[in-house]
Amino acid sequence: MNTPLRRLATVVLVMFLALLGSVTTVQYLQAGSLNNDPRNVRTLYREFGNARGSIVVAGEAVASSTPVDDAFGYQRVYADGPLWSAVTGFYSIANGAGWGLEDTADDVLTGRSDRLFFSRLRDVLTGRSPEGATVETTLDPAAQRAARDALGGQRGAVVALDPRTGAVLALVSTPGYDPNALAVHDTAAASAAFSELLAAEGNPLRSKASQELYPPGSTFKLVTAAAALESGRYTAGSTLPAPTELPLPQSTRTLGNFGGGGCGADPVSLAEALRVSCNTAFASLGIDLGADALRAQAEAFGFGTTVEDLLPSTATSAFPEAPDGAQTALAAIGQGDVTATPLQMAMVAAAIANGGTLMRPYLVDTVRAADLSVVSTTEPDVLAEPVSEETAATLTQMMLGVVESGSGTAARIGGVAVAGKTGTAQTTADVAPHAWFTAFAPAEDPQVAVAVLVENGGDLGSDATGGRVAAPVARAVLEAVLAP
Amino acid sequence: MATVETHRVRAGRWTELGLLVLSLALGIGAYALVGLGTAQEVPANWLGHAGVLTGLALAVHLVLRWRAPWADPVILPVAVALNGVGLAMIHRIDLARQTRGVESAFAGRQLMWTAVSVALALAVLVLLRDHRTLRRYTYVAMLAGLALLVLPLVPVIGQTINGARIWVRVGGVGMQPAEFGKIALAVFFAGYLVSNRDTLALAGRRVLGLQLPRARDLGPILVVWGASLAVLVLERDLGTSLLFFGMFVAMLYLATERVSWVVLGLALFAGGAALAAATFGHVAARFDVWLHALDDDVYRRSPGGSGQLVQGLWGMASGGLFGTGWGEGRPDLVPYAESDFIVASLGEELGLTGLMAILSLYLVLVQRGLRTALGVRDGFGKLLAGGLAFVVAVQCFVVVGGVTRLIPLTGLTTPFLAYGGSSLVANWVVVALLLRISDEARRPAPVVRTTTPGGGTAGLATPAAGVEILGGGRPARAGDEGDDQPTEVVRGVPR
Repeated sequence: MNTPLRRLATVVLVMFLALLGSVTTVQYLQAGSLNNDPRNVRTLYREFGNARGSIVVAGEAVASSTPVDDAFGYQRVYADGPLWSAVTGFYSIANGAGWGLEDTADDVLTGRSDRLFFSRLRDVLTGRSPEGATVETTLDPAAQRAARDALGGQRGAVVALDPRTGAVLALVSTPGYDPNALAVHDTAAASAAFSELLAAEGNPLRSKASQELYPPGSTFKLVTAAAALESGRYTAGSTLPAPTELPLPQSTRTLGNFGGGGCGADPVSLAEALRVSCNTAFASLGIDLGADALRAQAEAFGFGTTVEDLLPSTATSAFPEAPDGAQTALAAIGQGDVTATPLQMAMVAAAIANGGTLMRPYLVDTVRAADLSVVSTTEPDVLAEPVSEETAATLTQMMLGVVESGSGTAARIGGVAVAGKTGTAQTTADVAPHAWFTAFAPAEDPQVAVAVLVENGGDLGSDATGGRVAAPVARAVLEAVLAP
Repeated sequence: MATVETHRVRAGRWTELGLLVLSLALGIGAYALVGLGTAQEVPANWLGHAGVLTGLALAVHLVLRWRAPWADPVILPVAVALNGVGLAMIHRIDLARQTRGVESAFAGRQLMWTAVSVALALAVLVLLRDHRTLRRYTYVAMLAGLALLVLPLVPVIGQTINGARIWVRVGGVGMQPAEFGKIALAVFFAGYLVSNRDTLALAGRRVLGLQLPRARDLGPILVVWGASLAVLVLERDLGTSLLFFGMFVAMLYLATERVSWVVLGLALFAGGAALAAATFGHVAARFDVWLHALDDDVYRRSPGGSGQLVQGLWGMASGGLFGTGWGEGRPDLVPYAESDFIVASLGEELGLTGLMAILSLYLVLVQRGLRTALGVRDGFGKLLAGGLAFVVAVQCFVVVGGVTRLIPLTGLTTPFLAYGGSSLVANWVVVALLLRISDEARRPAPVVRTTTPGGGTAGLATPAAGVEILGGGRPARAGDEGDDQPTEVVRGVPR
């Protein structure tokens, strides 16, 4: 009976070798893919178990992790959540890190980034539990609050940039939401809060500043005017036909001006057409320049590309691919198939303000490790040079006229030269138009460029124009940034 | 010239004591580390826990010195180590549940069950002076085994938990009788096969090169095998079914040395498994879960989905090579982390390294059991020790293989580690039986040994020396059944 016993011992050995093999497969060979499974909540639990870095605005944390006595160890807390929600996004056990810096800066906030290699190594060696890095933003809390207060209960967005660097000074979307409701450690409650926000009036989860596209309306006339000046065939004094009604080419339709009247003169100068926002003049200008020239100018300002690493799901503004004559005419006045985010229109104003040089917008100024050492600082970076310095100066003069005595007088600030452009974008006949205003100040030494969008006319509804509804919001933001 | 030289067999009790110190350090240290890992302090009842565990281990050690001085010195320390690590992990899962506000006090009850188990093991060692006594109860064991198997089917006391009707509850105390059934049936098979092995092996026709046994020789085996399978299908306990099956085939092979039994057994099992998969929804679901565990629809299916299995895999994956450390992981995320999935919990907190160490402990335990079977002189003892050792191996294989997706997952407890009174008691009784048989196996046979004329007991032989019988106390038993092969205690050494 000893021979079969020895064989049985061999069988047992083989069985255990198979077990050692399968254990190795699970814990070593497949460990990576198992750990990365999106359904695996352990990764999230482990992240929650470590101190996640803070998101800081002007020295104060708007999102931070505080130790709590539960299974997770740390609770994400948002200070004044709805004000910053378009910037921070949320960090939820039910939905992960989403929508804002919580998502784009996730690897530094968790401390996983390669940039934090040495502090991670130190944590391993000293046995400390790893801590995430702090993200210091470029935002100006006064501008952010001014924008939120000026928008009030209206649905809309404000983006303010420092034209000299591209630093984002304000990024507001209303209505905001409270990320604290999503950060609760009760999965069911967090999921319920998420579903509630998804279904909520005004779509608060989506940032109107960077994730939604709108027809830019007359603010796009800045791009058309830039294309005209850059073509070399036009100056500020060049005259344009400005009929009350312009027959659209390859179409039986005609285009009128806002309010149905003329533009004060016919023909009208380019500067005058911009000041009063003359539709027929710009439409005929667009037909003369052609779709390709308009598209090239729009793309030089950033249309058709997405600003990388700024915020998640940033929408790409677009000029139509192959418009016919009528569509080109409509596109030239920011209607038809042209779409833009408030961020994009702020970039147009910022490029003009900065002498024709467009800086890459950025939100993260400095990343600091847990020991306060600086991990990285964002250096301003030139994104494009859409217009010459000369064109930029001409456009600035034209935009000063808009605020001085044109459609944007509501943005005037005593003692400060404000350059701006209004926009009133029709969508469909029975819906009130979107009100736009984009501006920068002071015109001689621009420190801030801003774009304001108020959805569907805001409080004024169908009576709204960019000058009446959006311009006062822009003024409030400009004042807040320029205040000593 | 050849001289006869005595080869001294060490009883090994001091070795055992040394190993026990290591085992206790492992179990008690793990218990302390659980507290340090979760609450940065040693658990409040640490000293009490250490005292009980040490006391129980020492009690077995002392009884072995008294009643089985030649018993294998490795078996007890391995059992104590596994039991201690299991207690620490169960305590750790209690703590994890308590921080979530869930009432959980498995560790205290498991320690109580450990005490009961050790008491029973001691009773076996003290009362059962010779394992061959059990052979008298061959058919009683058969009846007892069958009765234990059908007990859960009895109305009122039988209980269905999680789809398997394997529980019996009387007066508030629940138990899984199949765990004891495996011991009773091992005794029956050893007794029956040792008496009938020749007829089973030799009589019968050859078909296709296979020696088939005669039907009348097979009768009792088929009755037990068929009854146990039928009952297990009715009780829906696939794991136990697999366990019995493995034990039967292995013991038949040990007794008859016929590969035909293995072929026949594997064929029967493959057929049975295919039939079960085709007939029973829950068996087919197990196969589906095994093959497609990570598919989203299988993962989310409830009941009968792969959620628990995949949670266990994620736990082990997060442990990686070296584990999170005691108290640093989240083993409580896996359902039944303290019983069926304790292997996943250990894999998470101790890592691949720790799990390999634990598997090695099991391998050592099983191989010491098989070594005992090799060493013991009587056929009944060989079959019983071999069968019991193999049962432990199969049980590990089924559980760990199921949790790691090597084979389909079936519900079985991990010996000594998992929470559960019945399993713990049964496995300690298995250890007691193995210790008892190993005492017989390792006891030196009566030895012809030379003494010097001066009365000294030097081991060197001189031709004129007187002869005296030395040995373990009992005379050689010439009439034992089985292929008695004396252990090598006397060697001729050429010079």
